[in-house]
Amino acid sequence: MSDVTFYIIETIIKASLVVLILSAIAGFTTYFERKVLAFMQRRKGPMHVGPHGLLQIAADGIKLFTKEDIVPAQSIKPIFKIAPIITAATAFIAMAAVPFFPPFELFGRTIHPIVADVNVGILFVLGVGAVGLYGPLLAGMASNNKWGMLGAARTTVQFVSYEVVSGLSILAPIMIVGSLSLVEMNNYQSGGLLSWLIFKQPIAFLLFLIAGYAETNRTPFDLLEHEAEIINGYGTEYSGMRWGMFFIGEYANMFTVAFLVSLVFLGGWNDFYFIPGAIAIILKVLFLMFLFLWTRAAWPHIRPDQIMWMMWKVLMPLAIVNIFITGLVIL
Amino acid sequence: MMEREGIKNYIEVDTRTRPVSRWQQFTQVVRRSVSIELLKGLKIVFGVWLKDESHTLIYPKEKLPLGPRYRAVHKLLRLVESGNERCIGCGLCEKICIAQCIRMETKIDEDKRKEVVDYSINLGRCIFCGYCAEVCPELAIVHGGRYENVSEQRAHYVLKDDMLTPIDLLKQQEEFPGYGAISPDADSKIKKTPLEY
Repeated sequence: MSDVTFYIIETIIKASLVVLILSAIAGFTTYFERKVLAFMQRRKGPMHVGPHGLLQIAADGIKLFTKEDIVPAQSIKPIFKIAPIITAATAFIAMAAVPFFPPFELFGRTIHPIVADVNVGILFVLGVGAVGLYGPLLAGMASNNKWGMLGAARTTVQFVSYEVVSGLSILAPIMIVGSLSLVEMNNYQSGGLLSWLIFKQPIAFLLFLIAGYAETNRTPFDLLEHEAEIINGYGTEYSGMRWGMFFIGEYANMFTVAFLVSLVFLGGWNDFYFIPGAIAIILKVLFLMFLFLWTRAAWPHIRPDQIMWMMWKVLMPLAIVNIFITGLVIL
Repeated sequence: MMEREGIKNYIEVDTRTRPVSRWQQFTQVVRRSVSIELLKGLKIVFGVWLKDESHTLIYPKEKLPLGPRYRAVHKLLRLVESGNERCIGCGLCEKICIAQCIRMETKIDEDKRKEVVDYSINLGRCIFCGYCAEVCPELAIVHGGRYENVSEQRAHYVLKDDMLTPIDLLKQQEEFPGYGAISPDADSKIKKTPLEY
């Protein structure tokens, strides 16, 4: 087999594996989210379908697939139909540049578990992730619904708020590493625990985590779809599989952010003492996913004006000061 | 707030000073950020998660115990010794019923005793006030514990045959402790009055 054929087949297999595995994991994450939230709120969570509600995922999937697909009469139909696809597709496209695991040997060839090893990986992931917010924006504006409209407006508010912080906060680690490639970022932290960038850039880590929460619409920044205020925001008119695609996109985005944070700040897939790299990054991602659920159970969500106040007046100056100090130290 | 013996816990007005000037607002934000109040919330929630003290009842499989005063669908009891019906057909329940939902038909049988031929309660009208059980001199009509009333017909549960204890289940019939009886564990649920301590 020539190298080109192998490369094409390899890429196709890797891409389908990423989509299949991550959508399956996204389903399981909904189960764990409901269970963890339930235990933190002194409830039991799903209990009736299967042992301890384990088959609830299957029940939800059957429900989503067989539900009637309603497109409101007064909506702008092409945009209404394409909006969920934007969210789900960009969530998976962003993963193309994420190196999930350390390279390994298979059939005498070295396999890199990354679909496309572009040398501007972090830029690509952040950029595609930002495109993903067109999904809620277009969905809210096209669905001819007041709540949808408010959700779309809040999407814009969120977008202009978090994007500046995520961009500026990631700048300081990039300056230290001197590369935009996620593999380079990972290799920079190969010197054990103390070489992790979280210890050199604690402020950038916090800021990027906060911006990541805002990017994935998770509590405390879930103002796009806050039930108590705007029903379901942009998703009010959606049902069945179209709504399910928003859902899968949201959970896939959570995994992207978790992988990004562990790769850039938490040592990535380098071996951690006796733990091999592949298991180390799975543990890190699991912890970050648990953090998503944990904060959702503990913290109230904030108002749109508060997110703008916090992002522009507090976090952005902090990020700039952080970049400035990092620059001075490097010089 | 401190729990003090014998003294009611009052909610005190929040007397902390609120920030007025810009500088005070700024210092409040800094103070709260440095003391990391957000992490305290995370800690509380994590403790709850570890303890797993759920109060949820998995309803159709588990049910809460009912107190003896619970007033659900009525039952007609029998005398445990003989198996005879307790109801003597006096008609007091029919008279006192403020919703006028009880209807009974009686006749004098061959022993010159009154016999209840038919007894029915219109559950659509019944307000479950408990007067019938309270007035009954023979403890015959009582409130049972059946609060799940799903059936194919609305006449179910309300005819005499539905309410009367079946003769073969006489052993399982529990004696009615009397109208207004307290729960067996009432002492543990009630806070003691000052006379007690």
